[in-house]
Amino acid sequence: MALRNHPPGPPDLQAIRAHATNMRRHILLMAEGPGQGYVGQGLGIADALAALYFHELRYDPADLEAEERDRFLLSTGHYSIALWAALAEAGIIPLSELSTYGADDSRLDMSTIDTTPGVEIIGGSLGHGLGQGVGMALGLRLKGSTARVFVELSDGEMQEGATWEAAMSAGHFHLDNLVALIDCNGIQADGPVVLDMEPVADKWRAFGFATQEIDGNDLAAVLRALEQARATDGRPHAIILRTLPGKGVPTLEKREKAHFVRVDAGEWQALRAELEREAETFHG
Amino acid sequence: MAEAARTLAMGQDEATGTRATVDAPFGQALRTLGATRPDIVGLTADLGKYTDILPFRDAYPDRFFNVGMAEQNLVAIAAGLAQTGYTPFATTYGVFASRRAYDYVAIAVAHARQNVKIVAGLPGLTTGYGGTHQAIEDLALMRMTPGLVVIDPCDATDIAAATIAAAEYDGPVYMRLLRGKVPVVLDPVTHRFEIGKAHQLRTGADVGIIATGFMTERALDAATALAARGIHAGVLHVPTIKPFDADAVAAFAASVDRVVTAENHVVRGGLASLVAETLFNAGIVRPLARIGLPDRFIECGAVPTLQKRYAITTADIIAAAEGRPMA
Repeated sequence: MALRNHPPGPPDLQAIRAHATNMRRHILLMAEGPGQGYVGQGLGIADALAALYFHELRYDPADLEAEERDRFLLSTGHYSIALWAALAEAGIIPLSELSTYGADDSRLDMSTIDTTPGVEIIGGSLGHGLGQGVGMALGLRLKGSTARVFVELSDGEMQEGATWEAAMSAGHFHLDNLVALIDCNGIQADGPVVLDMEPVADKWRAFGFATQEIDGNDLAAVLRALEQARATDGRPHAIILRTLPGKGVPTLEKREKAHFVRVDAGEWQALRAELEREAETFHG
Repeated sequence: MAEAARTLAMGQDEATGTRATVDAPFGQALRTLGATRPDIVGLTADLGKYTDILPFRDAYPDRFFNVGMAEQNLVAIAAGLAQTGYTPFATTYGVFASRRAYDYVAIAVAHARQNVKIVAGLPGLTTGYGGTHQAIEDLALMRMTPGLVVIDPCDATDIAAATIAAAEYDGPVYMRLLRGKVPVVLDPVTHRFEIGKAHQLRTGADVGIIATGFMTERALDAATALAARGIHAGVLHVPTIKPFDADAVAAFAASVDRVVTAENHVVRGGLASLVAETLFNAGIVRPLARIGLPDRFIECGAVPTLQKRYAITTADIIAAAEGRPMA
């Protein structure tokens, strides 16, 4: 079977943007079921995941274990809502399953588990993703594979010391087949980031990463950064994504910065309408 | 006044008695495996020299990664390597593998069912470096972790065989390490190590000694001494703490008048607890004496001094087997 997005062509911005909008529709649908969920985080990271799944990441929906696939590791397991949206949009899990998000016995848990198709690691115990990504990148290089490893982690997660253990080793082992995508959305469990992590880019540079800092909701910028991160100059890559929680739904963008965004039961219809209005502006 | 025994620097050997020894049985076994198993990779966190893995590194430098003093990352990287099809053996001290890296062992390795082998030096009271370095409760932590195989080998024969068995087993393993010159207690020609199997090394109906780790050597020595005093002691060696061979333990206990457990580990949560659970579940009632470490952190000191002070010597097993009150 052929891998998607391989070999890489020029990005079709309009098509990828349409996927991102669809993913946001999926996210609202999922969150409405339990009446909450990590809808703010999901909407914030949707553009980056759309760029990965519909342009950069090499994978085969018919053979998820294909050895030559790129690996995408979602370290923040509670962002699962965004991953389920991407996997459904990519045809890996059925769209009809999205409404089970967070329900008993659903495969689409509120935090990722590796038994769901398309999930590489058990995320959610923050600080786990990057180290496992380093191990995979070492393993792939040892095999002579050209597959790459993309690890999503978050600004709050950088407070976990193991993040820096992993960063040290990625630099030390010159893993230029590793791309860290750091979602800086400014929130963590207790609200707005409680421990200042700035300057974020300087930290990753100091650890030996080829570091880019971009607006993570600017799809064209994300695509450009991913293209630059294909460089093989012996340095691992860091892309700092400055994202807006709730992106694409103005009411949620403006809502108080919280780990669980508050949504009243009667609001969902209005939020969906906002998303459609925004999407129309985008797509013309 | 005689000079007090002193704490020795790191790198001391396990051998304490008169038995023949093998040098670095783990590293030798892993190097041998490496020749036919290109999937095996070695990792350590700045303790290669002290965990006997250098023979593997020297033979296969491309397949060896020293990640520095970062045990969480050691385990995470091992899990990642396993996910790309490799079989990682990751070495550090038991205290770091269990206490510091526990979340990674539990989630990235055990929960994720990754084929990672964690090899843990300085088990129990094998170092005089005090509470920071003595892994006295690692077996309890690891045996409570779903899906882990937990091994406490007795000697050089056990270690070599357990290394091979761990490599052949597809799944996560936590193995305690005896390093340096390790005594040969079990016959390398006839002894078979099998994950999950206990081995009866000696029969005797008066008292049954159930031992794990290097305490099996002491149990055998105790049984010999007891025989000279007319007490017939059986010895059951239980190198696999998980999965636990409950059938063998129950059958062995049923065949003796009283039971003594012997472990290089706190008695709360380790072998003694497992034996007590097993006998209770099987409805077997026997007097049970527990040789092992107390529920406290232990000071620095010379290893023989500490082992005597905390009552895990051959003499302590003999006393327990004779039914004498324990110190």
